[in-house]
Amino acid sequence: MIGAALMLLDQRSDHVQPLRFAIGYVTAPIHYLAHMPTAIGEWASSQAVSRADLQADRQRLERQILVLQQRVQRLAVLEAENVRLRELLNSSAELDARVLAAEIIGVEPDPSRQEFVINKGTHAGVYRGQAVLDAGGLLGQVVDAGPFTARVLLITDASHALSVQVNRNGVRAILAGSGQPDRLRLLFVPETADIIEGDLLVSTGLDQRFPRGYPVAEVVRLRHDPGAPFVTVEARPTASIDRASHVLLVERPVRRQQEGAEQ
Amino acid sequence: MRMRERDQQGTAAIVGTFLVAAWLTVLPLPETVEFGRPLWLALALIYWVIALPHRIGVLWGFAVGLFQDVLTGVVLGQHAVALAVVAYVSLAAHKRIRVFPPLQQSVVVFMLTGTGALIAYTVQSAVGRVLVPPVWVLLPALVSALIWRPTFGVLRWVRRRFMVR
Repeated sequence: MIGAALMLLDQRSDHVQPLRFAIGYVTAPIHYLAHMPTAIGEWASSQAVSRADLQADRQRLERQILVLQQRVQRLAVLEAENVRLRELLNSSAELDARVLAAEIIGVEPDPSRQEFVINKGTHAGVYRGQAVLDAGGLLGQVVDAGPFTARVLLITDASHALSVQVNRNGVRAILAGSGQPDRLRLLFVPETADIIEGDLLVSTGLDQRFPRGYPVAEVVRLRHDPGAPFVTVEARPTASIDRASHVLLVERPVRRQQEGAEQ
Repeated sequence: MRMRERDQQGTAAIVGTFLVAAWLTVLPLPETVEFGRPLWLALALIYWVIALPHRIGVLWGFAVGLFQDVLTGVVLGQHAVALAVVAYVSLAAHKRIRVFPPLQQSVVVFMLTGTGALIAYTVQSAVGRVLVPPVWVLLPALVSALIWRPTFGVLRWVRRRFMVR
């Protein structure tokens, strides 16, 4: 009886969130402990790297920094120009969102769910609904923030969907997970929509949850089925869903609401 | 008064075994054996109920299940209800299970953990988060039954070592 009531409460409202949070104090150390064998393995292999490998690594990274710095130089100019144009159009400008780095310490043991646990919780400023990215693109969102750990639902989970648009021409669609780590589906795409293989899908921010303009997935296959009302579009996430070990948490973007509008 | 104190002996050892079981529940495993991960918390619960029916019962089952719910991030109450039922059934049958030969004991453990897994599965499907066919749900129960004897041995050693009664 109590169990049934608890399940209903948890499913329909936030009233039992404090209970979950309190038990989180005990579950956090267990997640950390479970991560330990992996962490020790990583540490051991990082200790055993040869000098030549390290030097090669360093050279590669230096080259990479150079390339990235060159891109950043262009980006600064583009960003300034973008802000000016947005002001001309009287639309809201977006500021840089603050990010927080975290490490993945646990993967959901149930293979039918695409979730993982990270080593930052509310004490580090993590909140429910926060967007999670890696170097390649959007990974998922925080669904449960404990005191020292948080649970992240991946965009590939079958219960997850978000609003995206094609980077090339701005066609909007809904991107849903499939339950497999390398497959996403675009829902309700009409036959006439201008989407081709290789299109980059970026987040729109219309779902009020994810920040705008981050790469999410790349279209890999389109199937026109004469009998079906919509095109079947398959996409592959740009983030390395099953290989990521460090992630970034992005805070909700702060918007300057229509500052020029009153003038 | 003295009797009472001795009655409460070894709670730390019991909680310790449950924590180890929880650790084994979230320990990363290769994907191929992921489907067959034994239900460690249910196994530990069954052992303690059979060994100490006067102390460990339905309430412990509920609490341990609640803990597992938070640990694995599912809807609160799913494992709590499942493990409460498992605790209740093992409590009702503890005298019989104790004298069963090993093979028969394993069969009972399979049925108990299977019941728990199926209850959890039912709740999950009611909540709308199910992707695997129910047969896969019984595989962990089967593995649990297979490793019941070693688990039983380890837990009995713990019980004797810390003189839990």
